[in-house]
Amino acid sequence: MLRNAWLIPLIPAVSFVLILAFGRRLPAKGAEIGIGAIGISFLLSLVAVVQWVGRSEPREAVERHLSWWKLGGVDIGAGIHVDGLTVMMLAVVTFISLLVQVYSTGYMEGDRRYTYFFAALSLFTASMLMLVVADNTLQLMVGWELVGMCSFMLIGHWWEEEANSSAAIKAFLTTRTGDVGLMLGVITLFFAAGQNFNIANLNRLALTGGISHGLLLTGGALLFLGVMGKSAQFPLHVWLPDAMAGPTPVSALIHAATMVVAGVYLVARVYGVFWAGFSIGDGGINLIALIGGITVIIAAALAFVQDDIKKVLAYSTISQLGYMVMALGVGAWTAGVFHLFTHAFFKALLFLGSGSLIHAVHSNNMSEMGGMRKRMPTTFWTFMVGSLALAGIPPLAGFWSKDEIINGASHGFTLFMVVGLLGAFMTAAYMTRAVYLVFFGEYRGHAHPHESPKSMAVPLQVLGVLSVLGGLVGTGLAGSKWRFSNWVRFDIPGAPEIVKEHAFNFPVATLSVAVGLIGIGIAAGYYLRNMFPRGAAEKSGLVRTGYKVLVNKYYLDNLYIDGVVRSIQYPIARAAYWVNQHVLDGAVNGVGIGARKTAQVVYDVVDQKVIDGAVNGAGFTAEEGGIVLRQTQTGRVQTYAAFLFGASALIAVGLVFFT
Amino acid sequence: MVAQNIAFGLLAAAMVAAGFRLVTTKNVVRAALFLAIVLGGVAGIFTLLGAEFVAWVQVLVYIGAIVVLLLFGVMLTRAPIGKEGDLDNDQRWTAALVALFVLGALAAVLADAWGTQEIKFQGVQRTAAVSDSIFGTYVVPFEVASVLLLAALVGAVALARRD
Amino acid sequence: MYLNQFLMLAAVLFAMGVYGVLARKNGVLVLMSIELMLNAVNINLVAFGAFNNTVAGQTFALFVIAIAAAEVGVGLAIILLIFRNRASVDIDEIDAMRG
Repeated sequence: MLRNAWLIPLIPAVSFVLILAFGRRLPAKGAEIGIGAIGISFLLSLVAVVQWVGRSEPREAVERHLSWWKLGGVDIGAGIHVDGLTVMMLAVVTFISLLVQVYSTGYMEGDRRYTYFFAALSLFTASMLMLVVADNTLQLMVGWELVGMCSFMLIGHWWEEEANSSAAIKAFLTTRTGDVGLMLGVITLFFAAGQNFNIANLNRLALTGGISHGLLLTGGALLFLGVMGKSAQFPLHVWLPDAMAGPTPVSALIHAATMVVAGVYLVARVYGVFWAGFSIGDGGINLIALIGGITVIIAAALAFVQDDIKKVLAYSTISQLGYMVMALGVGAWTAGVFHLFTHAFFKALLFLGSGSLIHAVHSNNMSEMGGMRKRMPTTFWTFMVGSLALAGIPPLAGFWSKDEIINGASHGFTLFMVVGLLGAFMTAAYMTRAVYLVFFGEYRGHAHPHESPKSMAVPLQVLGVLSVLGGLVGTGLAGSKWRFSNWVRFDIPGAPEIVKEHAFNFPVATLSVAVGLIGIGIAAGYYLRNMFPRGAAEKSGLVRTGYKVLVNKYYLDNLYIDGVVRSIQYPIARAAYWVNQHVLDGAVNGVGIGARKTAQVVYDVVDQKVIDGAVNGAGFTAEEGGIVLRQTQTGRVQTYAAFLFGASALIAVGLVFFT
Repeated sequence: MVAQNIAFGLLAAAMVAAGFRLVTTKNVVRAALFLAIVLGGVAGIFTLLGAEFVAWVQVLVYIGAIVVLLLFGVMLTRAPIGKEGDLDNDQRWTAALVALFVLGALAAVLADAWGTQEIKFQGVQRTAAVSDSIFGTYVVPFEVASVLLLAALVGAVALARRD
Repeated sequence: MYLNQFLMLAAVLFAMGVYGVLARKNGVLVLMSIELMLNAVNINLVAFGAFNNTVAGQTFALFVIAIAAAEVGVGLAIILLIFRNRASVDIDEIDAMRG
């Protein structure tokens, strides 16, 4: 399967076409094609994982390339590059996609565009898988853009409501802004690598000094712009909360587990460039870690002031993405990738759980929920598991990955270790707040909530189990071969090894757990036991201001829309209007006026004088000629006789004298 | 030969003068009488040329019958006896021109064709020779002419009948 | 006697006849002018008969005389009819075919 990994993206792509063609006529309206295809892809991915893990050390990446066209020395084509990171991503993407599609048969039942939804999910999965197996930056970019487009399509699934279509556009345009950087970065690195798109080649050149530092820094920074857009890093994170306007399965699949991690995946994949370009090995602050760290904190802060449960989870996602980026920024490559792996499970679980709640209560707002733990037990328990995993409580999955990040940061990046610990505290706190508001207390809404159907409950349970057990992959309990860091490695043959593995550090682990428990404790105490002073906002103007800033999302949206967009949009619109009125309309009117004047001249001169003159003249001539010639028709015989005699005499003379 | 030339000259002068007056007189009856003079002159010419029978027939038929007929016509159409208004229409000058042109053409042709050839007078033709010709060589035209006369007679009667 | 003197005489008479036919208003006068022309032709015929020493010229002249008589008869009948219809023999008035 490793050599035939190109099948894995192909099957959902075919499913996309088939669903569009036949979906409506099938009994399950196309869902069976989608789920079937994804199921097959998932099985193939598992086979790929097993095959990869079963390979003996050192595991060499499998590359296959199909050249589309060659121009000069430039080779453009599609190919696959299968290594540990690839098979891990394949498994995660297909698995989450499978669960989400099963969940959607329940959640989206009776939807107005049910078949189309499944087709879009299949297309998205195919694009993401293509991105993941890509062996050259061009193919990666194609997959990148495609997932962006699918995100747009799916966020705006219910586009009849303007808020949804606006959110879709905002998502698309914000990521597009980042994609400018991505494109420029790809081009820069193409030239830097000697006119070659291949990623492995790029990494090798970057790590062996084949490319100048300045070029690597520039290319890496430009690529990172794309990462900031796609993976919702500060300041391009603004689209992700708005993207919650899409259906919850979409939020679970795309905006939690798979698409948003494409940026993280890019950094992980082209890590040689970033490592060398940003001098990560030298310690200290670099752009990647800085942005990641900022994102962790500001997103976590925003999660505290949200009423909509999906927005809480959205900000949580942004914060966790910050963790992953920060991990890569401090050189903890394996930790970041491992966190990507575990985060997919518990975040998808949390989103699907929130979907279950929303489906039951018919509202997104936590203010209309409450006391749900008795009415929806399955949802309650799975959501709890997910929250604890997110908070980093051992032995759940989140602990292992988050701890590894903090551990990695502690080796030379003290600032970011502090950031990570602070983030862990805030994560635990806001999740506890959310859990309390939803599941505890009295029910504040007006609907009649009941537990969700099996199609929705079973994926929750599956993900719950994985959230518990998933982290164990990192420990090697299933055998050293299966240990995550053994088969998912950043290895470039011919280049020095850059990723160092750090041993499990007990004090750091204790610290991170303690921080999480303190967070839970404070929040639980605030809500359940009414500890800590209330009404801080009424008493302190500073708190009030802080609250206002948070509620307005740091006024970033205002900055973008009023500041950036309007200042460009208005002058251009005015200029375009001026051109339209004066230049274009002037030209059109000029043509019209010219035509009219020409017509006038033609009428007056040509038609009236010349042509009418000719026609009238002909008539006049005929008439006058007739008047003249009529004189000969006197009706009198003698006149005719005169002509007769005269003519005969003439003819006679002619005949006699001239012949 | 002199006598014949003189005779011819006299006859010719009389005929031309009479013909001229015929076409210019304002009196219809006088025009008829001038016609009679011309016809008489023609008979004289015939005699000069030795065609006595034809000359006498000319006198009998033309002067005796046709002129009378014309005078009857003049009478029946109440033409005023005596001078009346202009008898020429308004194209007289054109007519004069045409007539002169015809004359000129004929004269030129005649002068060119026959120049000064003479008639060798062979003596008076015998009437018997004429009758031989009529009833012998040209008997069919003779019969046709008689039928034509009949037709003309009947036609004239039919036309002029007052019913 | 020259042949041409007779022919010239005939030509003069013929020309005068042409003038009369074209210029006269009264129908009877037109008929008279026609008689003039016919006689000019007769002179020609007889002159040529004498010139060629044949009697055919005279024979033909006789026929002409006969036909002229017939023609005058019919012509006068027509003129009479015109007179009866119009109370005038001015042939200038007969211009119903006037364009």
